[in-house]
Amino acid sequence: MAAHLKKRVYEEFTKVVQQQHEDLSTKKLRLTKPSKSAALHVDLCKATSPADALQYLLQFARKPVEVESVEGVVRILLEHYYKENDASVRLKIASLLGLLSKTAGFSPDCIMDDAINTLQNEKSHQVLAQLLDTLLVIGTKLPENPSVRMRLVEVACKHLTDSSHGVRNKCLQLIGCLGPVEKGVAKEAESQAAKDVQKIIGDHFNDQDPRVRTAAIKAMLQLHERGLKLQQAIYSQACKLLADDYEQVRSAAVQLIWVLSQLYPESIVPIPSSNEEIRLVDDAFGKICHMVSDGSWVVRVQAAKLLGSMQQVSSHFLEQTLDKKLMSDLRRKRTAHERAKELYSSGEFSSGRKWGDDAPKEEIDTGAVNLIESGACGAFVHGLEDEMYEVRIAAVEALCMLAQSSPAFAEKCLDFLVDMFNDEIEEVRLQSIHTMRKISHNITLREDQLDTVLAVLEDSSRDIREALHELLCCTNVSTKEGIHLALVELLKNLTKYPTDRESIWKCLKFLGSRHPTLVLPLVPELLSTHPFFDTPEPDMDDPAYIAVLVLIFNAAKSCPTMPALFSDHTFRHYAYLRDSLSHLVPPLRLPGRKLVSSPVSPSITPHEDPSQQFLHQSLERVYNLQHLDPQGIQELLEFTIRDLQRLGELQSELAGMADFTATYLQCQLLLIKALQEKLWNVAAPLYLKQNALASAAAKQILEETYKMEFMYSGVESRQVVIIHHMRLQAKALQLIVTARTTRGVEPLFGMCEKFLQEVDSFQRCFISELPHMQGSFVDKLLDLMPRLVTSKPSEVVKILQTTLRQSTFLHLPLPEQLHRATANIIEPTGESDNPLRFTSGLVVALDVDATLEHVQDPQGTVKVQVLYPDGQAQLIHPKPADFRNPGPGRHRLITQVYLSHTAWTEPCQIEVRLLLAYNSNTSKASARTPKSAWNESLEALPPSENGIEGTIPFSKPVKVYIMPKPARR
Amino acid sequence: MPEIKVTPLGAGQDVGRSCILVSIAGKNVMLDCGMHMGYNDDRRFPDFSYITQNGRLTDFLDCVIISHFHLDHCGALPYFSEMVGYDGPIYMTHPTKAICPILLEDYRKITVDKKGETNFFTSQMIKDCMKKVVAVHLHQTVQVDEELEIKAYYAGHVLGAAMFQIKVGCESVVYTGDYNMTPDRHLGAAWIDKCRPDLLISESTYATTIRDSKRCRERDFLKKVHETVERGGKVLIPVFALGRAQELCILLETFWERMNLKAPIYFSTGLTEKANHYYKLFITWTNQKIRKTFVQRNMFEFKHIKAFDRAFADNPGPMVVFATPGMLHAGQSLQIFRKWAGNEKNMVIMPGYCVQGTVGHKILSGQRKLEMEGRQILEVKMQVEYMSFSAHADAKGIMQLIRQAEPRNVLLVHGEAKKMEFLKQKIEQEFHVSCYMPANGETTTIFTNPSIPVDISLGLLKREAAIGPVPDAKKPKLMHGTLLMKDNSFRLVSPEQALKELGLAEHQLRFTCRVHIQDPRKEHETVLRVYNHLKGVLKDYSVQHLPDGSITVESILIQATAHSEDQGTKVLLVSWTYQDEELGSYLTSLLKKGLPQSTA
Repeated sequence: MAAHLKKRVYEEFTKVVQQQHEDLSTKKLRLTKPSKSAALHVDLCKATSPADALQYLLQFARKPVEVESVEGVVRILLEHYYKENDASVRLKIASLLGLLSKTAGFSPDCIMDDAINTLQNEKSHQVLAQLLDTLLVIGTKLPENPSVRMRLVEVACKHLTDSSHGVRNKCLQLIGCLGPVEKGVAKEAESQAAKDVQKIIGDHFNDQDPRVRTAAIKAMLQLHERGLKLQQAIYSQACKLLADDYEQVRSAAVQLIWVLSQLYPESIVPIPSSNEEIRLVDDAFGKICHMVSDGSWVVRVQAAKLLGSMQQVSSHFLEQTLDKKLMSDLRRKRTAHERAKELYSSGEFSSGRKWGDDAPKEEIDTGAVNLIESGACGAFVHGLEDEMYEVRIAAVEALCMLAQSSPAFAEKCLDFLVDMFNDEIEEVRLQSIHTMRKISHNITLREDQLDTVLAVLEDSSRDIREALHELLCCTNVSTKEGIHLALVELLKNLTKYPTDRESIWKCLKFLGSRHPTLVLPLVPELLSTHPFFDTPEPDMDDPAYIAVLVLIFNAAKSCPTMPALFSDHTFRHYAYLRDSLSHLVPPLRLPGRKLVSSPVSPSITPHEDPSQQFLHQSLERVYNLQHLDPQGIQELLEFTIRDLQRLGELQSELAGMADFTATYLQCQLLLIKALQEKLWNVAAPLYLKQNALASAAAKQILEETYKMEFMYSGVESRQVVIIHHMRLQAKALQLIVTARTTRGVEPLFGMCEKFLQEVDSFQRCFISELPHMQGSFVDKLLDLMPRLVTSKPSEVVKILQTTLRQSTFLHLPLPEQLHRATANIIEPTGESDNPLRFTSGLVVALDVDATLEHVQDPQGTVKVQVLYPDGQAQLIHPKPADFRNPGPGRHRLITQVYLSHTAWTEPCQIEVRLLLAYNSNTSKASARTPKSAWNESLEALPPSENGIEGTIPFSKPVKVYIMPKPARR
Repeated sequence: MPEIKVTPLGAGQDVGRSCILVSIAGKNVMLDCGMHMGYNDDRRFPDFSYITQNGRLTDFLDCVIISHFHLDHCGALPYFSEMVGYDGPIYMTHPTKAICPILLEDYRKITVDKKGETNFFTSQMIKDCMKKVVAVHLHQTVQVDEELEIKAYYAGHVLGAAMFQIKVGCESVVYTGDYNMTPDRHLGAAWIDKCRPDLLISESTYATTIRDSKRCRERDFLKKVHETVERGGKVLIPVFALGRAQELCILLETFWERMNLKAPIYFSTGLTEKANHYYKLFITWTNQKIRKTFVQRNMFEFKHIKAFDRAFADNPGPMVVFATPGMLHAGQSLQIFRKWAGNEKNMVIMPGYCVQGTVGHKILSGQRKLEMEGRQILEVKMQVEYMSFSAHADAKGIMQLIRQAEPRNVLLVHGEAKKMEFLKQKIEQEFHVSCYMPANGETTTIFTNPSIPVDISLGLLKREAAIGPVPDAKKPKLMHGTLLMKDNSFRLVSPEQALKELGLAEHQLRFTCRVHIQDPRKEHETVLRVYNHLKGVLKDYSVQHLPDGSITVESILIQATAHSEDQGTKVLLVSWTYQDEELGSYLTSLLKKGLPQSTA
């Protein structure tokens, strides 16, 4: 053995590996480092004391091991293992064995026997546990080998009687992960271990060590996850575990009960101490509800979370969770919720003035009061009142899930959710508002509830207010007073927080369109019209007035009688708003008013949007006319670009599409213009000016292509090809221009090679798209590729120039949805005349609040730039936690930017703007190429020299007045 | 039979004057030492003469534990320690120790300076008394002496309120003091682990009440205040200086913060400011929210709440004022009330219970015209609201605590007898544990069944565990050993070691037995036959034929002699030690059956 090993070691010492990279034509010679196993062997032999050996092993563990040498290393380790007397070293070896078996590409079945053998003579419990862990790793690496698994399970079963909890723990874990899942397999392999795995694990539910109990339950859950159907008999065992002394056990038991309740919802279980029987899912629900008032908050969170997913539970059990019988001095008392409801239904407003308004009424039979319910009573009442906000959030989430599936429950839990709006922790408030929104289709708010909801509108947190606006967008209100109340509160909100304007208008838009009949009787009052007198015309720029109008116009859309109530100026305002806030004001059919009839005549169906048609028509025109004379093309392009830009301004939903195409056409136009320069053929030095124009064009095209690629969401690979193609053209142009202006061939040589490499990578990335690009620049270029590779730079340039001219203009297909990333800085507003004063050298924090739309992965890409008047620019990366996601495609950035500067004599303005960072390496193109393996990718791809990192400004800069004062001495 | 004796000197079927004597395993502990609000004579303090007629209390009590700083739990402490005389340790938590003297001093001032009582404890006595106090941390196990240990658990209720576990050996008692199972704006909920005490002494103020969720109350309160302030009215909230006042302050403070309100909130000064200071300090005793946010801002550093000045009451515009005392019977709150009562825009909110005869009680019961001193008639036009903010556990909460602690017995104090009766019945029914509710001076005796720990040497344990089947957690296991009771400790040791330790010589106990066998042959032949027979039967044992003509089976000796009278009868002498009893008796019974004839 030793001789064999030695031989092996020497072999590995001198191995030379030649590796070929299939994609790169160059061949690399790689010399492998001296083999790991050899070095290790030498080290371990040198080691004089266990401490030494441990040190070597620790060092060894820090470096990865190649797949080929794993087995050798394992053999050496095992050899040393048998010789070693010190338990800690053996432990490390055992853990190393596990680590090594994890190595990708290594099949550990060859070392399994040895690993099992080591178990036999091991005395130390710790080492045993570690060895079992190693076996677990080996077992998981060999998923399709049932006999190996059987053997391992058998080994584990043998060690289940060990006196150390750690060993038992690992055994159970191993059985859970590797135990046979299908019944059939268990029968075939007629070994002892194959007898019911569930029973073996179940026996350890009563182990004396809580850690082992937990492990047993976890193993059971693991079996379930792997697809084994657990037996129902476990249920009663699991129920007993709910009363365990240790929280981990209880927590795991709750999970197990939940699993069983999902497996056997309909089977019947007896209620102890009575003859009745109930469905298992109901029983489990009751038990989990009980755990919501457990002593440990971990268990409470767990229980509250799981409640949400028990949708099969019977409705009366479900409703009990919100029930808490109140009593005072043994007399039944109504809850505040019941009282509120009663007041509401009796049509009387809360007096609340009498003491004893809540005085208890009827006597309760003392025998009938059940203080600790076995059932679900009041679980959510407790959960929502819990001390820990984690539990409260979990309870709110569970309420949400249950209410979504049961409208009756939704109606009942409303009061409780509304109460949560007053929680002391903002997160909980926000969560409950979101929950309410999610279940809003099931509920109608009573007036008193609406009152409470609306009270939250005054919250100083913008998140809360916006969430509430969203909620109001989709709430049903039952009375016209309710609508009025909502409007009044929203207007109050508007005066208090003017920045909420957009959100409030949007909210009123939906409120109006949902409740046209309720708005109708309010119209005269809202517009303050009078039957006899003319009232003064309200100020058109007043946001509050606009808010009222938005509500009314949206209601009027489905209520044709409403316009009759409008006064003259209302119609005029309608026309104005329809134009200026077209997304908020719907088209109305206003009889007898030609003047205001909307530009979109109602006869046209909304699907055949004329603006969409227009967009497509103009694009068609451009693409069809590619054989016109250059002058004509240029003009047509210019007109089309102008049209598209205007269209984008008018039609917000088409803005992305229009801008995108306009940018593309702009690039094309620039390219054509650059190529139109008639002076290409004349000797270079004379035409520096023209070259300047051409190189500027190339530069601009490059910029625009980055914008096109990274600023729009919804760009598909078809577009990416075109964009990259355009970029390639720009690069070619750049090359030509440089070739013309620089003397000497040396720099050109490198550039040419780089360009060819780029063409090559383009071909690799978009190989599938090439057939669609007939007659394009790249198509032609690839045809000429063999010639290009061999020819001199000057020739290359010449070829490029001609191809560039001859190439046709590619049709840019449009995706379904295309949105341009936009950002809007809300704060700072840039209107302040008061400079922000601070002592120079110290920092001042500037609050930045911005909304981002259609930005993918804002955490990684959005940066804040601060430009100082001296030209100094500062780039700030906001923390990931600063981004909130209020809705799909929308993000909010709330962050603080630290400013600092040396002293100024006068206050001056700095500019703050948002940038979108991109990296062409992480572009959509490379993401599509199959991910290469880890170590391959490191060597195959050259370090990202062609990955261009850059930023695109995508928000309007905001000016902030600051004044760093000199420090006082 | 070991027993735990409990005698309430106060708070037995009563609220107020909490004072409970517990004697457990020879140790006497006094739980709380409170005064009664309702009396002004001797009855206000517990009757300490019950403990001893003459002589120092120190000799009879091992320690005193104070659960929290409310006067009905600590009001009699200076009287007890300084005037009656007690020098032993007094245990309380840190916040209680800090706030308790303030309240005692205030109480002293009112009784002595205002009511002019004499023979009352002095400021110096309060100070002396506080010197005897030992402060404890939550979950810290304090060894009072070698056997008695106490441990504090969080109880909610007020800042620093704690439940105490008193433990001697494996007998234990848990005393809850006042506690609250639902968290509020500034404190968390009471919590105890599964300590399974022999006795749980629980308060039962709300034994027959199940309360509504606190959220409704809070919302109601905030809504009312908010509406009044928006109308431009003034809100008066009469409070007692500590406890609820802080909760309401936090509530209003956060609400003001959230809603961006500008109306001023005032807090009448004095006592409170000092107390607020302690609230700021003892952040670890507050609830999750305050604990988590205090790094940014300590919630008790109020931004919107300012100190009140007498002159502010006449300021125009809305404001909210917290003023003491809570029942509107005197002081600042009454003064402000008189100023504001005439305006229907204003509002007074009573956050707690009012005793009969106070202005608070009158207005709550709907009286609109009040007669003030000097025959003045005050017409109350302002709105009057009642709101119950109370920090005791309700019936459900009490049950929940019992479920958490799993006691073997429950004893109810600090509540009304009738209400206790109901809860007692419920507890017995639901948990199947016995429940007691002694009146003041009545002694309850609870028998315990303590398990006695015995040390066993590892060698013996391993040896014994190796015998017989594999250890099974579910089955008890029988072990052999010698129980050694020495130096007040129990040890299970092997017999050899016991002998060695006790210096005793080992006595050999031998059984001998004669068995008659009819065998006409010679003695040595008989022996040989016996030897062969035994060898055939006892295959697992070592059977030896010794040269002197005797046989040994393990350590059992068999000798054969001829009967003196009848040569045909051989007498087999079988001799074995006590340890080999089993084998020995088996052997005799085997020999008695006779030898098989086939060997002949």
